Amino acid sequence: MPQSLDYLKETPSQTAGPYVHIGLAPGAAGFDIYREELGWDIAGPNAKGDRIRVEGIVIDGTGSPVKDVLIEAWQANSEGVYAHPEHPGDVEDGFRGWGRVITNFETGEWGFDTVKPGAVPGRSGTLMAPHINLWVVARGINVGLNTRLYFSDEEAANSNDPVINLIEWENRRKTLIAQRTERDGQIVYRFDIRLQGEDETVFFDI
Amino acid sequence: MKKPGEFYQRDREWHPPAYDKDYKTSVARSPKNALISLQNSMSEITGPVFGHNDIDAIDNDLLSNYAQDGQSPIGERIILHGRVLDENARPLPNTLVEIWQANAGGRYRHKKDTYLAPIDPNFGGCGRTLTDENGYYYFRTVKPGAYPWRNWVNNWRPAHIHMSVFGTAFAQRLITQVYFEGDPLIHKCPIVNTIPDPDAIERLIAPLDLNATIPLDTIAYKFDVVLRGRRSTLFENRLEGN
Repeated sequence: MPQSLDYLKETPSQTAGPYVHIGLAPGAAGFDIYREELGWDIAGPNAKGDRIRVEGIVIDGTGSPVKDVLIEAWQANSEGVYAHPEHPGDVEDGFRGWGRVITNFETGEWGFDTVKPGAVPGRSGTLMAPHINLWVVARGINVGLNTRLYFSDEEAANSNDPVINLIEWENRRKTLIAQRTERDGQIVYRFDIRLQGEDETVFFDI
Repeated sequence: MKKPGEFYQRDREWHPPAYDKDYKTSVARSPKNALISLQNSMSEITGPVFGHNDIDAIDNDLLSNYAQDGQSPIGERIILHGRVLDENARPLPNTLVEIWQANAGGRYRHKKDTYLAPIDPNFGGCGRTLTDENGYYYFRTVKPGAYPWRNWVNNWRPAHIHMSVFGTAFAQRLITQVYFEGDPLIHKCPIVNTIPDPDAIERLIAPLDLNATIPLDTIAYKFDVVLRGRRSTLFENRLEGN
């Protein structure tokens, strides 16, 4: 017998289930318990840059909206800095860059307010186009799904993005691009996520 | 000083696959295309940081965090405790652990749960805490009840507590479920059985921990969580610039 490798194994994932809101967004489940729920304010009051809204819907393989999903967002600030000790640079006071959002139980629509992130350093000196990292969990999703939201008004940066360009099927790259619109003077990006089937969103093993 | 590097590849044969015909809800919610494998960048090795300003001390005590004054929820009083480690067996301090669960009768406090077991007026069913400097966490709660669910017509979920853990990076984000030693429903559950490796299933079963009980008061179960570990070799591909 060779020597043993003493690594531990990662705890296996299980679905978040239909009642994920109780734990992570109890107000939506129908009760008030914590002083403050986490993740409702991604950017904080002092963040510089463009204030934006992101909206979408999650659609399953039958074409139906998924109404019990929870999405977490992780993003850099407008200067491309993550609020994390391993990222050189500072962020604005109150900027966490993380949030969570649930869908409307009747329509499946979700949305959050934030600031548009800046470009972020990629591997080996590359630059990644501005993007928001998303993690999707729900009943029926056995391991949380990772994807990225890029912005339709960043065509040049997107075309040089090392992650987008890693996707061999060019026709699938568009599933990661949120479409910019304006509504009542507010910048709104639309980002629908298709779990399965035609125009299935690209998901990553990170 | 070696800088911590990329995370070990997630073992996708150890985790449940996206599609499992016996867990029916997964059928239409599972991507058909392969996941695109990414080498870690700054977007994956960073993640949200939480502090004691974010939560309150009472948040980890489900026996009292929703109970009316002088009352407590019905059910077996339990302590759920353990450590959050990485695959290198290093403790992860100051990481956020959140749990949610049904009450002792198997009913969730959720507007979408219509099971006929009653709501407990003294039980909310959620808690959260930060691990201490040794990666240790604990909750006080009641043991949840089993409950029926529509998959096949006669499926029952084993008693379980949902658990969400962050670690230090978005790449470590994990949600799982904690089961209890000795429950005959565990191995009959299609959600449990989405996990292909029997050894992996055992890892989700919290053993009775008599040493951690409070005698004449509260019984205890132990559950350690392992998140992805990181490389620390000198021969890295360059993760950062220049």
